[in-house]
Amino acid sequence: MKYSYYPGCTLKNKAKDLDTCARASAQALGVELEELSDWQCCGGVYPLGSDEIATKLSSVRALAQAKEKGQALVTLCSACHHVIKRVNDDMKHVEDVRDKANRYLQLPEPYAGETQVLHFLEVLRDQVGFDTIREKVVKPFTGVKIGAYYGCLLLRPGKIMAFDDPENPKLMEDFIRAIGGEPVLYPYRNECCGGYSSLKEKELAGSMSKTILRNAEGFGAQMLITACPLCQYNLNQAPVDLPVHYFTELLAEALGVKEEVQGH
Amino acid sequence: MTKAEKQAEEIREISGSDPWKCMKCGKCSASCPSYDEMDIKPHQFVSYILQDNVEALAQSRSLWKCLSCFACVERCPRDVQPGRLVDAARQLVVRQRGQDYLKADEIPELLDPELPQQLLVSAFRRYRR
Repeated sequence: MKYSYYPGCTLKNKAKDLDTCARASAQALGVELEELSDWQCCGGVYPLGSDEIATKLSSVRALAQAKEKGQALVTLCSACHHVIKRVNDDMKHVEDVRDKANRYLQLPEPYAGETQVLHFLEVLRDQVGFDTIREKVVKPFTGVKIGAYYGCLLLRPGKIMAFDDPENPKLMEDFIRAIGGEPVLYPYRNECCGGYSSLKEKELAGSMSKTILRNAEGFGAQMLITACPLCQYNLNQAPVDLPVHYFTELLAEALGVKEEVQGH
Repeated sequence: MTKAEKQAEEIREISGSDPWKCMKCGKCSASCPSYDEMDIKPHQFVSYILQDNVEALAQSRSLWKCLSCFACVERCPRDVQPGRLVDAARQLVVRQRGQDYLKADEIPELLDPELPQQLLVSAFRRYRR
């Protein structure tokens, strides 16, 4: 299984664990992640304006490069995944965006949304399979109560993201079971952490993150897992003592490859 | 066409959304995690645009409280996508010279060592031209 891989800017900096643990786990599972050359920042948020073109071009470049290599494009950060998946949907379905982007980029072959965009969690579920993961786990999280924190960007809008049921997802709970843990279902698992508001509207983000953590704690979670560096940051700012880890950190630990990862 | 009508038309164009489809069920406001912080609520946003009352929207603090979490977009039974209308109003403001909500010189004091790059680029995209 060989994929093009788009890490995104934060995974090269503040969220190195999300990246390095995914690479080590992928290797242990026989998944090859080939990092795209010269990828550019996705911009962090999907440009909602229908007249926004320039802000979508970095995603199109990544998508077109994966197409050239004949590979599906794998992402890890929820925000990158959201942006690239939605831009791909525009390139497939919105003629105006497709025409303008192609006229600007002058690619060897016009791009029209051909690349399949997969989040690494989808690769684990659909390509590797949770049963295979279960067999390869050497250090299961037996008895550990883990809450999945989905947040917004992986799930919504459900019609485009097509990741899981946006109101009642189960992918991450199945993942937790596969690594031997006990998933904790809590109502706020797909509520917003405050997102980008934490730069300038710190109180708004703070109160949302606190509510999420209190809710998870109240339902018995001993830790949360996330796929998003910004969610992790926001949740960690809240004054609730509940650890928040990247799902890839737990995966690497369960597979017994975390020691191989630099810095651990 | 008055200036207000023109601006409302611009918001409809930028958003790509059709506020006329709204049936005022209020699900968007019920779903909004920033509801308490908003002076003009998501369902009211739709009405303001229908009434060409763009000036009030441009002054509204709701523009900076919307988190683009897409809860309203997901749950709207009429596919009005209120979040896109809010973003279009925000764009109408920040695309004007000097109207950035996040000014360059206030950024250094907002930073801390743990802050992820993702937060900076996201806030730049939503709060600035």
